[in-house]
Amino acid sequence: MALRPDLAIIAAAVPVGTRVLDIGCGDGTLIAALRERQVDARGLEIDAANVTAAIARGQSVVQGDANRDLGDYPDDAFDYAILSQTLQTTERPDRIVGELLRIAPRAFVSFPNFAHWRVRLALLWGGRMPVTRLLPVAWYETPNIHHVTVSDFRDLLRSRGIAVERAWFLSGDRPASDAAASWRAEHAIFLISRG
Amino acid sequence: MASLLHEIQHHSVTIDAPLPLDSGQALPSVTVAYQSHGTLNADRSNAVLVCHALTGDQYVASDHPATGKPGWWARMVGPGKPVDTDRYFVICANVLGSCMGSSGPASPDAATGAPLGMAFPVITIGDMVRAQAMLLDHLGIARLHAVIGGSMGGMQTLAWASAHPDRLASAIVIASAARHSAQNIAFHEVGRQAIMADPDWQGGQYYGSDRAPTKGLAVARMAAHITYLSEAGLTEKFGRRLQARDAKSFGFDADFQVESYLRHQGLAFTDRFDANAYLYITRAMDYFDLAEPHGGTLAGAFTRAKDVRFTLVSFDTDWLYPTAESRRVVQALQSVGAAASFVELSAPFGHDSFLLDVPALDRLVAGALANGG
Repeated sequence: MALRPDLAIIAAAVPVGTRVLDIGCGDGTLIAALRERQVDARGLEIDAANVTAAIARGQSVVQGDANRDLGDYPDDAFDYAILSQTLQTTERPDRIVGELLRIAPRAFVSFPNFAHWRVRLALLWGGRMPVTRLLPVAWYETPNIHHVTVSDFRDLLRSRGIAVERAWFLSGDRPASDAAASWRAEHAIFLISRG
Repeated sequence: MASLLHEIQHHSVTIDAPLPLDSGQALPSVTVAYQSHGTLNADRSNAVLVCHALTGDQYVASDHPATGKPGWWARMVGPGKPVDTDRYFVICANVLGSCMGSSGPASPDAATGAPLGMAFPVITIGDMVRAQAMLLDHLGIARLHAVIGGSMGGMQTLAWASAHPDRLASAIVIASAARHSAQNIAFHEVGRQAIMADPDWQGGQYYGSDRAPTKGLAVARMAAHITYLSEAGLTEKFGRRLQARDAKSFGFDADFQVESYLRHQGLAFTDRFDANAYLYITRAMDYFDLAEPHGGTLAGAFTRAKDVRFTLVSFDTDWLYPTAESRRVVQALQSVGAAASFVELSAPFGHDSFLLDVPALDRLVAGALANGG
């Protein structure tokens, strides 16, 4: 099965032989790809059916809530923490980012960019909360409670002294340039470190 | 009844070496009754040890010799089952202190030949594991592919990983805990007092007599049985329905179906279990606290177990060993960097869910076992 484009980027960027925690790992799709590359990948996932599927695949996945249970992991337990498409659903994204860089010196964070031109247009012309391909759910039932833009995220990192090692931007499934990312990126992936 | 129970012949080995106990005492030799299924492979790497619960036994996948019923985990262990006996050499040993052929209170005193009764030393979960390790030494199995158990079997599994982390690749712990809570101890104490208050208990020396504390043991089982079920499960199964009558009797017969059910469960239990064994094993469970030897820090129990793969499963309706107890173990494992999996499954059967039809559990066990190799 082909990996989602953001997961494929992360999977390719994790060095072989490292220890990784995938937070919000779903049914273990990324973990499976990482394990094929001799990465010691483990997971944290809130949904029992997903956890069951991952364990049944032979993976090490713990049922838990990223908002509450990251504190159970000791400092530097992993080389990389991964939070894909989950930041905008957390109660306090700033604290989550802090936790990621406590349990690992580096972290991958990916999220849908709320400043993508389609989102801007929907808000500007429609006057309504955007419903797009990456944000497909109406405002009243969306799990995305903290919408974030590429610029917002950069600001947060700057204010916390967190370094950006690399960033990838996707428009559809194609890469978008850094310069145009704020407008053109539907999806952003950051590799951050303690700085 | 107890005398009939003790006439059953079990497959066992007697190991002529002392078994040192946590109490400071020692058994001069130890008998371990066990059953095995499947074939040990050439490099002796496919052995899976199944640890049974309080009132379980070694008949995990074969018919029980006293009741004739199928093995207590026949749905989980067998050819093509999650614990696949076509792949794994499955061993299940009767725990130390029990009554199905392993050394216990009904065992004879070496000097007099009379049953030991209460002269049998108080044993612990750790002692049970030590006896199992001696059995594996005897069988020439240095390292297990996995240890798996539910309830008290899960306690043994945790104790295995703590005491012999180099002897197992994988630990699967279902509906269990790393310690007995005050509530757990309290329920056990009710059971023990019921047995010891039965005049037929006779200070534990009832083996030679024609009286055994079946009434006390039945009451103990009735109280314990409630803790194995969920409130919703009991309500669904019995509600307030009356037993074979149209109206309340205004007496103390088993008016309600749930009373009749419990009485039957209690009585049937006395056909297959020994009252003294019940005292000893409940005591062992009450003494269980894996953190205690490590200054109360559970992580200390697992510092050498970093390379063991752990899988823990709890059930949302299990109030005897609730999810929080499994989480506590998972937190300790994570703090030492051990590979741990954990999920709380939804099942309506309370603590007994680990023995019953929960398809997600089957998939988990099969996956966790495959992962250990």
